[in-house]
Amino acid sequence: MPMTAEANTRSAASQGAEGSNREIFLPPERKAVKDGGKPHVTAKNFSIFYGDFEAVKKVNAEVLSRYVTAIIGPSGCGKSTFLRAINRMNDLIPSCHTAGTLMFNGEDIYGKYTDEVLLRKRIGMVFQKPNPFPKSIFDNIAYGPRLHGINDRKTLEGIVEKSLKKAALWDEVSDRLDRNALGLSGGQQQRLCVARALAVEPDILLLDEPTSALDPKATAKIEDLIEELRGSYTILIVTHNMQQASRVSDYTMFFYEGVLVEYAPTKQLFTNPKDQMTEDYITGRFS
Amino acid sequence: MNLGTRKILDRSFTAVGVTSIVLMALALLVVLVPIISGGLKALFFQGTIEHRQLVYNEFGRGDREELERQKEQSQEARRPVFAMLDAFDAELEGMEPAERREYRSQYNHVRDVLHDMLGPLPGDIEPLLLRFQYGNTRWEQAEESLHDLLYVTKWDYSNPNVMAEKYFTPRVDEFQGTALAPLFAYVETHLEEMLLPQPEFYWGFITDRSLDAHIFGGIWAEIQGTFYLAMGAMLFAFPLGVIAAIYFTEYAKDNFLTSMLRSANSTLAGVPSIVFGLFGLAFFINTVKVSESKSVLAGSLTLAIMVLPTIIRAAEEAILAVPKTYREASLGLGATKWRTIVTVILPAALPGIITGAIISLGRAAGETAPIIFTAAVSVGATIGLADVFTEPTPALSWNIYNLASEHEAANEIRHVQYGMVLSLISIVLLLNMSAILLRARISKKLKG
Repeated sequence: MPMTAEANTRSAASQGAEGSNREIFLPPERKAVKDGGKPHVTAKNFSIFYGDFEAVKKVNAEVLSRYVTAIIGPSGCGKSTFLRAINRMNDLIPSCHTAGTLMFNGEDIYGKYTDEVLLRKRIGMVFQKPNPFPKSIFDNIAYGPRLHGINDRKTLEGIVEKSLKKAALWDEVSDRLDRNALGLSGGQQQRLCVARALAVEPDILLLDEPTSALDPKATAKIEDLIEELRGSYTILIVTHNMQQASRVSDYTMFFYEGVLVEYAPTKQLFTNPKDQMTEDYITGRFS
Repeated sequence: MNLGTRKILDRSFTAVGVTSIVLMALALLVVLVPIISGGLKALFFQGTIEHRQLVYNEFGRGDREELERQKEQSQEARRPVFAMLDAFDAELEGMEPAERREYRSQYNHVRDVLHDMLGPLPGDIEPLLLRFQYGNTRWEQAEESLHDLLYVTKWDYSNPNVMAEKYFTPRVDEFQGTALAPLFAYVETHLEEMLLPQPEFYWGFITDRSLDAHIFGGIWAEIQGTFYLAMGAMLFAFPLGVIAAIYFTEYAKDNFLTSMLRSANSTLAGVPSIVFGLFGLAFFINTVKVSESKSVLAGSLTLAIMVLPTIIRAAEEAILAVPKTYREASLGLGATKWRTIVTVILPAALPGIITGAIISLGRAAGETAPIIFTAAVSVGATIGLADVFTEPTPALSWNIYNLASEHEAANEIRHVQYGMVLSLISIVLLLNMSAILLRARISKKLKG
């Protein structure tokens, strides 16, 4: 059932929505990105266990570079667990272990000799709740680069400006970089977290329900930001909000009870799902 | 439960709460008022010419010319007393031995009291101890001496059914018809001129060394000793405690050994301090031999062991209270575990860690039992920083106990005891205040 998505989004024929419910998910037309579409993260029979409980079951998928891939599914379906497995955040949970292989650029993420610190440098993550450090805005952004040995003030200033500009936050905070980041609004904090993740120049950006704690206006800004970053970074976004998935993503994975039920170009998944379960989920028959 | 009952219950809970707080405040008042009023007497009192002379001779403070002038003035007032004593001495010479014997003990008492009051009388041997070289330095003591001079204390045993009652008879009756008779009236009326009392602010009580085992002088050695011990204890306990807490929260596996260590730590927090004192003596001095005998170092180490559990506990709680999201954010950026702990977790936990340190600091400064065997001496000089490894020190907590219960003149130096108590409380309060301010500043910085 799990399948590899095709590189070309346009190939997903728009066969027209049948149910009225589905019309609201009419994804916009999307252009193919330059140099994109190579397998960036590859899962082969990849499973994740909490103790004996198999939270993610034998997933086979290829995440394509420079595209936005959304992961949807009901609560507890393993979508966050799968996302967090990609930069080994699950290592923090002592009972968590994996089976199968998960490759990043051809390297085994869970390999014996993989340095998870280097891995996380290349796979940035933004969490559900904005979690800036209780430090100044500048220090928040500079935290990553400093970790990796950049201490020159001029260089750091450059990185901070570049990252904040990329995260569309520069205009709002450029005059108060020395203020505590916790003084920003929730939406600004989340964009700061994106900027902080971008500052270490990752290849992949993992977004774990990045807008679930934000109001609609801030959500829209984050979505615009994802649109901006599309084409430069491989982005994986876990979301509860199916409209959001249809708006921002090129590909969508649908998880149900740990199984990757369907993985297809977003347009195809929302307009013409192959699987009955997917159909039921996106039309709101269960959640 | 209906609305009326609920409201009554709420109100009665409020009443109970307010009552208990008022009771606590009253208890605090009952404790603090005598400490403050008694302690301030060590600093503010009616000082006599003897006090000013002592301060000038021993510490070199005071206006020499003014002192000379006052000395002259008081000497002038004292001259008739000495003259009367001389006249009585001559009178005694002329008496029959039996008659002389009758006056002898009473007369000796008069001379003793006058010595207490005015210092050595003409013809006395120059005393060795400093406490006998000066008269009453404090006016209230001079008034007591005066009463002692004017009245003979007697006990009424007439009623066998009740305890004997104290009563006084004028001492002048014993000397009726002799040359000494006018002395009593003279001293009573001229005491002020002889001692020249004036209000003193003796700030030297804090900064002076003690003279003649705290009969005179200040308590600087004790204050300094307390500082050394408390700071020394924190110097050892704070880093050790924080490191232990980091190990417990971040590195220790959740197994039997860890839980044993945790509960051992909790138990240690409740061990009586005297046990730590004996442990310090047995371990640091007798076994490890950090110093030949009692020393500030041994005392600090003992106090550090005593406060360690508190610090570990507080630091552990503080570290656990740091939001998990900080850790995730830092690790997600590619930070190592150690880097995450140092740059994110510890700064965020710092206010809580400092709270534990504040409590421990107060305890280390105030504890008596752990330093009895390891660091404290009752009378000692101030020591330099270089001597802390080898020298013992007097400390406030121990000396309060010592002066109040074991000093030969405990009754006469109540003001010193209270002064020490007040100083100790002030020091602890001051340390706490500065730590609280520090914590507030850090918290504010964290909150933005």
